[in-house]
Amino acid sequence: MIRMLKTMPSTAILGVLVIAAYAVIALFAPLLAPHAEAQIVGAQFEPWSAAYPLGTDTLGRDMLSRLIWGARNTVGVALVTTALAFGIGAISGLLAAALGGWVDLALSRLVDVLMAVPALILTLLALSALGPGVANLVVVVAILDSTRVFRLARATAMNVMVMDYVEAAQLRGEGTWWIISREVLPNISAPLIAEFGLRFCFVFLTISALSFLGLGLPPPMADWGAMVRDNAALITFGDITPLMPAACIAVLTVSVNFVVDWMLHRASGLKD
Amino acid sequence: MLLNIEKLKVEARGEEGWTPILHGVDLQVARGEVVGLIGESGAGKSTLGLAALGFAQGGLRFAGGRVIFDGTDLLQLPERQRRAFRGRRVAYVAQSAAASFNPAWRLLDQFCEGPAIHHTADRAESEAFARQLYAAMHLPDPENFGLRFPHQVSGGQLQRAMVAMAMACKPDLIVFDEPTTALDVTTQIGVLAAIRQAVETTGTAAIYITHDLAVVAQMADRIKVMRHGREVEDAPTRRMIEAPAQDYTRSLWAVRAFRRPPRALPQASAPTISIREVTAGYSALDVLSEVSFDIPRGATVAVVGESGSGKSTTARAITGLLPPRAGSIALNGTPLPPRLAQRGLEQKRAVQMIYQMADTALNPRQTIRQILSRPLQFYLGLTGRAREARLNALMEQIELEPARFLDRLPGELSGGQKQRIGIARALAADPEFIICDEVTSALDQLVAEGILRLLSKVQDETGVSYMFITHDIATVRAIADEVVVMRGGRVMDKGLKAEVLDPPRHAYTRELLASVPQMDPDWLTRRIAEGRIAEGAA
Repeated sequence: MIRMLKTMPSTAILGVLVIAAYAVIALFAPLLAPHAEAQIVGAQFEPWSAAYPLGTDTLGRDMLSRLIWGARNTVGVALVTTALAFGIGAISGLLAAALGGWVDLALSRLVDVLMAVPALILTLLALSALGPGVANLVVVVAILDSTRVFRLARATAMNVMVMDYVEAAQLRGEGTWWIISREVLPNISAPLIAEFGLRFCFVFLTISALSFLGLGLPPPMADWGAMVRDNAALITFGDITPLMPAACIAVLTVSVNFVVDWMLHRASGLKD
Repeated sequence: MLLNIEKLKVEARGEEGWTPILHGVDLQVARGEVVGLIGESGAGKSTLGLAALGFAQGGLRFAGGRVIFDGTDLLQLPERQRRAFRGRRVAYVAQSAAASFNPAWRLLDQFCEGPAIHHTADRAESEAFARQLYAAMHLPDPENFGLRFPHQVSGGQLQRAMVAMAMACKPDLIVFDEPTTALDVTTQIGVLAAIRQAVETTGTAAIYITHDLAVVAQMADRIKVMRHGREVEDAPTRRMIEAPAQDYTRSLWAVRAFRRPPRALPQASAPTISIREVTAGYSALDVLSEVSFDIPRGATVAVVGESGSGKSTTARAITGLLPPRAGSIALNGTPLPPRLAQRGLEQKRAVQMIYQMADTALNPRQTIRQILSRPLQFYLGLTGRAREARLNALMEQIELEPARFLDRLPGELSGGQKQRIGIARALAADPEFIICDEVTSALDQLVAEGILRLLSKVQDETGVSYMFITHDIATVRAIADEVVVMRGGRVMDKGLKAEVLDPPRHAYTRELLASVPQMDPDWLTRRIAEGRIAEGAA
């Protein structure tokens, strides 16, 4: 572990530190935020001041407090969605690779159909049909994103399935579950972890984009994407406040990518 | 002197800085001379061979010494000028022709690329030269051979096309890096003859890298033996073979002499495995047709033949991975269900397998303890102390220290050690029958001999029966009791080793044996004189 830290490039260390900071803020939001999430504390669009460090928003809510609560909502929902997408995608991808035949054919064609429609349009369609709400949002985005995970898991698992040690396990009489979990999964974990980081960024951006379009997290929940939209009018007056939530999104995305790059580098090194 | 490598030092980048892998090696090659480089893997043969091109592979660097090619020190030149030497003055022939050709280009286009880059000949001249070389190498239809794509020719033909390509710029020196290692004996002899012929007609010098002594004896005027990045011995071929000066060289020579002591086989009881009229294949194609043979209890039956002869398919049929279309396979007289899924735990336990490539046969993410514990628990239900005791006994049996190796990952073991773990995994099931699929062909001769000795010892101790798939006749002579000769999915001949091989009973066995290189340096010359090369090479 210590040796791993020593060999880490500075960008990866920076990334890890930023992610850790976001995690702390998200976990301790109730303690850190000066005001409650939906509490109206002052007039509309108050400027930066000692009382409201980042001013107030379109309804007179404290900007800083909403940014801190937004970390919890936006990052938390993105994390749950990505985890769900990986659960669905990785398990079905591994099953398709291990069982082959009809299972593989059916799952792969289903994924092809889902991927044939532009993701954002399909998401908007599904959310309009099901109605907005955190649960619907998480499930819809997770299912659509699991198609990408499925393809990666299936492709990498197929490379492992042809190895002699998998044949040795089959000859021994091991079941599908053992082969998937013990023989294949440990050997594809590196690309999957790297993909998790990337996917997390995409999901994060998708949710922010949906919030911006009004189909994301329901108000009055603080959400960075929605915060940009709500306060966009201020940009006209040369105020940078609406860009703060956008900056939060950008910094986290860049940090996650730093860490992912380093993991990919390590993963490719392991193959040698 | 065409090439003079002096005190060459090469270092490799490791976890803790740079570690030397060549410790000041000298190598001289005169014009028109063929020098053989031999040694086990990791001896630094390929690194030395590539140094003749002024090239160090990724992660390696030159740390001292000189590489003087025709008066110029290549190591002092900037990379751009070194590149001007490569291809034109020094050429390189790699082990795998299939991986070295661009699959999207015709062979002739790739041939003409070198002369075009170095401006040594125009297109028409190169094409004419290519046809001339193709003809000299007995390639079919030399006029139009170059119009084919790499996938349209056989492995042996592709390897010969690569030798021709190396000669495109009429270089002064060609480095051959194990050019026939991946080929069958019957194909290898054609490539060897082509290389010999090409070297003789063009008068080019060559460095021939191999781990096969018999091959190097045919090709080289002088042999250099290497070990651990140092020179062991350097002498003209005949003297090296007749009177090696160093112990290490003698040990290399002695490996081929390993013979298992003759022993009496237990008779009477039913054969462990009995294959009757088995026909099997993939989709519409029959790879095996009516294959029948027995594997007596406690015996080693070697199945020999070139690639595509159905050896490995027979193994897949026995294991149940490829259910036969017709015929039956019996274990101890009881028919085995054709599909693996229909077989019981005991039937699966009785039949085990050892693979050719130990690298892919062991899960790189599991420790040796995990790899060996699983069959003990799965088949025999061993846990806790009983399993630990059995693990230690297994490691003792394969002659690896339990305390040192059990908690390592396969990546931390050498090739021979990995193969021993593969054997231990098969033995952990306490099997009656083990299929050994080319288990020694990826290993150096010394290591391979250790594996063969180990397998013989295990058989004496446990009475297990082996089916030994191989294309190497030396291995067959070393450990087999009975031999099955296969070709094109049919059994050509079968019987006791002496009956089948000494003298060869079947015409195909005779051809197979005649293609195996002998240590005698005149063997290839005689074979070429007999005029049987072109036929064997097709």
